[in-house]
Amino acid sequence: MIIPRVPAQHRRLLPDRRLSGPTPWVIAILMLLTLLAAAAGVGLARSAHAIGNAIAGRVTVQIVTANPVVRAEQALALRRAAAAQPFVREARSVEQAELKATLGQWFGSSEGDDPVLASLPLPALVDIDFIGGDRAGHMSQLRALVAREAPGARIIPHAEWLGPVARLIRSLAWVAGGLVLLMTLASAAVVIMTARAALGTHYATIEMLHLIGATDQQIARLFQRRIAIDTAYGIALGATVAAAILLLIGWQWSGVTSGLAATASLGAAGWALLLALPLLAIALAALTARQTLLAALKKIL
Amino acid sequence: MVEFNGVGLRYGPDAEILSDISFNLQPGSFYFLTGASGAGKTSLLKMLYLAQRPSRGIVRLFGEDLVSMPRHRLPGFRRRIGVVFQDFRLLPHLTARDNIALPLRIAGVSEEDLAGPVGEMLGWIGLGDRADAHPATLSGGEQQRVAIARAVIARPQLLVADEPTGNVDPDMAMRLLGLFEALNRLGTTVVVATHDIHLISRIENAQMMRLEKGRLSDPTGALRYPPNRA
Repeated sequence: MIIPRVPAQHRRLLPDRRLSGPTPWVIAILMLLTLLAAAAGVGLARSAHAIGNAIAGRVTVQIVTANPVVRAEQALALRRAAAAQPFVREARSVEQAELKATLGQWFGSSEGDDPVLASLPLPALVDIDFIGGDRAGHMSQLRALVAREAPGARIIPHAEWLGPVARLIRSLAWVAGGLVLLMTLASAAVVIMTARAALGTHYATIEMLHLIGATDQQIARLFQRRIAIDTAYGIALGATVAAAILLLIGWQWSGVTSGLAATASLGAAGWALLLALPLLAIALAALTARQTLLAALKKIL
Repeated sequence: MVEFNGVGLRYGPDAEILSDISFNLQPGSFYFLTGASGAGKTSLLKMLYLAQRPSRGIVRLFGEDLVSMPRHRLPGFRRRIGVVFQDFRLLPHLTARDNIALPLRIAGVSEEDLAGPVGEMLGWIGLGDRADAHPATLSGGEQQRVAIARAVIARPQLLVADEPTGNVDPDMAMRLLGLFEALNRLGTTVVVATHDIHLISRIENAQMMRLEKGRLSDPTGALRYPPNRA
């Protein structure tokens, strides 16, 4: 039971001063930051995972032979030969139009019809996806194949240029996870301080209850319930604001469809984690309060 | 019922404020504890109602050694003891009714079962019409009556009272003493710390315990080796 059951008449043994202290507000702020950090962490982790999957077994072969006809023949031959290999899942020639459209963005022409661009000798590109995880072995076989079909072509593993970005995103996800952990610890510290302050404030009541035969568990339950409810108010407030912010960001993010940004999303598991966090926080607060109270009560005869 | 043997009490590194206290309290007896201010009466009572463990010696209550008793067993013993504090110690946020009902609620008595005894007790102490008043709105005498009602509501086996009539008029003092006597006749052992010499003379067969500079005066040895009550 996250919030312990206490008979209504027993609840009155403590003065009713709910939400009068700073605890619910501090917890609300910490919960808000925790959820935002957790959402960022989940989004970044999923993004890093998606990028990692996409680049892990992919290479692009760049054929730069000067003669455009020979270049095109080499590209075709390489694509066919690669597609026939058992270690290749897919081999795809990148169309010149696609290449021009991509480069056109840098030349100020979305159609790729810039005269300067049209005059440039563009390399032929063949994207190849490997099967399985023996990347070194596959690379060695591909090098032999490329040397045969398109001598002088350059093999560019995607992991080489997107890998650092994926690692950076993964590091940021870990930083976000660390922030979640730190804020969880800070929340627990707030609860501990609240519990100790409550014991100090109500020391006379506690002493009286002890002297007429109340057990530590009876007294702890009273305070635990009060702290858990105050904390739950704070968590609910923080979670509501965080949900509003995340939904707003999600709505704005849905318009982003290009590049790495498009890989960032929370997914069902991410949302489930974010929904579970407030409940876990209430449980942690109640448990922390109980342990703090029982430890403090043991010091009183 | 209560046995103190060679008990000493000190707070911190200071000299003992109670030394070599030895006595036996017989079940169903009535005791007055007297002594000058600072003689150690309140400290002795604290050990009796289990708010303080002795620094040395043996304390046995209801046949059990309390010095070495683990903390978790103390509440069960405390529920068998009623205490009237010199400073009342009523919970300020509770009404007179709720303060009186406190020991029964802590003991797990249902609201249905405690309503009758609490109402009866409120009537008996003359505060039936002030049941919902908070302590801050009660006079000193009224607060003391509530404190006494709280101490006796659960019919304790041992009643310990520290200056219980200090704030009430002589008539009410006699009525309260009558309540203690009635409880005593029902088998409750009563220990009352007081300066009031008139109170002492009102109870027949009451025994005197006198503290002088932290030592119990027992010239005849009757407190230490009480005669058997037939």
